[in-house]
Amino acid sequence: MVKGFKFAALVCAGLFAAAGSARADSISGAGATFPYPIYAKWADAYKKDTGIALNYQSIGSGGGIKQIKAKTVDFGASDMPLKPEELDAAGLLQFPTVMGGVVPVVNLNGIKAGEMKLSPPVLAGIYLGKITKWTDQAIAKLNPGLKLPDSDINVVHRSDGSGTTFIFTHYLSQVSPDWKGKVGENTSVDWPVGIGGKGNEGVAAYVKQLDGSIGYVEYAYALQNKLANTLLQNSAGTFVAPNSESFQAAAANADWEHAPGLYLLLTDQPGANSWPITGATFILMYKAQGKPATAREVLNFFNWAYANGDEMAAQLDYIPMPDKVVELVRGMWSKDIKGPDGQSIFDASTAMSGKK
Amino acid sequence: MTAADATEAALARGFRTQQLADHAFRGVTLTCALIVLLTLAAILVSLFVGSLPAFRALHLGFFTREVWNPVTEQFGALGPIYGTLVTSVIALLLGVPVSFGIALFLTQLAPEWMRRPIGIAIELLAAIPSIIYGMWGLFVFAPYFASHLQPWLTAHLGGLPLLGPLFQGPPLGIGMLTAGVILAIMIVPFISAIMRDVFETVPAVMRESAYSIGATTWEVVWNVILPYTRVSVTGAIMLGLGRALGETMAVTFVIGNAHDIHASLFMPGATISSTIANEFTEAVGDIYYSSLIALGLALFIVTITVLALAKWMLRRMALRVQ
Repeated sequence: MVKGFKFAALVCAGLFAAAGSARADSISGAGATFPYPIYAKWADAYKKDTGIALNYQSIGSGGGIKQIKAKTVDFGASDMPLKPEELDAAGLLQFPTVMGGVVPVVNLNGIKAGEMKLSPPVLAGIYLGKITKWTDQAIAKLNPGLKLPDSDINVVHRSDGSGTTFIFTHYLSQVSPDWKGKVGENTSVDWPVGIGGKGNEGVAAYVKQLDGSIGYVEYAYALQNKLANTLLQNSAGTFVAPNSESFQAAAANADWEHAPGLYLLLTDQPGANSWPITGATFILMYKAQGKPATAREVLNFFNWAYANGDEMAAQLDYIPMPDKVVELVRGMWSKDIKGPDGQSIFDASTAMSGKK
Repeated sequence: MTAADATEAALARGFRTQQLADHAFRGVTLTCALIVLLTLAAILVSLFVGSLPAFRALHLGFFTREVWNPVTEQFGALGPIYGTLVTSVIALLLGVPVSFGIALFLTQLAPEWMRRPIGIAIELLAAIPSIIYGMWGLFVFAPYFASHLQPWLTAHLGGLPLLGPLFQGPPLGIGMLTAGVILAIMIVPFISAIMRDVFETVPAVMRESAYSIGATTWEVVWNVILPYTRVSVTGAIMLGLGRALGETMAVTFVIGNAHDIHASLFMPGATISSTIANEFTEAVGDIYYSSLIALGLALFIVTITVLALAKWMLRRMALRVQ
């Protein structure tokens, strides 16, 4: 019986090979650097589970978008979601994989993590160069109990283009009309003040070194470098601390169902516990797939990651996507991604479903 | 056929093979030389083609405007060009005299047993990867610079007319001056190693005849050694300048990466190569991407201009001597 089954499997494999649609044994992707550690970790575990390797090049979101448009990779990855119009024009589809939070950090003598409170107008004022002293009235009013140093504010930002900057400037644009008009949002912007550090590690290094400095980094870097994060006032008016609960609150309160193309940025989301500067990182794939076997493997990989990857993500301080978003993504896969024959590639009902 | 004829024929055959081999050798070396020209031309063409979208959108104002705004897609290369030139000039101002001193000491004054260890140390310095200089600059030099040297500079030079504003500003430890100093440290090994080698080519008889008529060491160096090695010394400085103009990682670490032009050398700036290294990976949008390639073209032009100026200066110097 077992023998017969093996034989049938072999024949099937042979037939598939003959038809030129053999099961791919490796998939390739390129793009964002922010999710690279978790993709690498997932890929490692997935290879042990299934024997299928993922080759991911962390060349940056801009590069990822270029590579998928040039069709040199099976999927692209970007920290900045593409607008629905742009997706439609290119025939692409996008879905979020994990989330992260961006955290303001300060280096002030005697002020520890979670002690300083900032409000959206104050944060925008500092980055616009309007608030230049730590003893400024606006800061003092928010922090009556703190002994603020009488020094200049050294503003630190990213010098390289990055998804972190995109999320941060998108947040500032939402909470400050002044910022929106003067600076705007992008992976890199024309900063009114401050010095630029390359990468999260560069910003962390500058903030650590300069007294009286403020910067913004990915949550994981704030933890690893033991930087003093601030509290930030969210849209409900409460001062929240950045942690996995407040990031997840932001994601859970977000309205993914009504976001066409899943174009959704998690900044300034409603909810009393929501951390206001949260964002997801995205995967880009073609809706019409010329190589259905490879595309199926890509979907299988991310399906496996949604099901089994939460714990690994949490170990690296990423925030897993909430279950309802994952269901939404799975539904989108089976509805929109099609092979050359017009048949859906991903079948949500038969695909391996883990604990989700 | 006599024996002599046979020998002659064999000789002629041998001569022909030799000629053929000579031709082949010439061809091979010519190809090698042409590869250089081809590569240069190919790079120039691809840089130019890559920058076309930026030039179409921004015109020649790209080279003269001080703006770098990815949001509104307005780009100008003036800030990075200024940063590149200023940091390189600082590097030369600090690096050349030190290199000259090192080379002088090693070739003219040092006792025999000291020459080798110091020479090897210089070559080792040249072999350190630039990112190490960057990290050292950021974590060790910059904090010391901010707490000790910058306040001293502001106190002593900040009041000078004209030069004063260069040394005013917040002592961050990160900025144009720091980048210039790190670059100076990086180019010293290159310049001094070459200077040492060329100083040694001065015929001993020339030096000794100068000493014998009572010249001091300085007079010998200034009137005998330097004129004799002028071309090579300029070449050494140009090599150092070339490295300073194009250096990327070390500068990116310590320059502060801001695209504005400030009067103060303490303020953050950006060089062409640091801007490209920082922004290339995430440059979304055709004009942004193309502007970065156009920056590469600008660096190419700056480098060629500087080298051409140097050659021209050399020629003028040569004429004056004659």
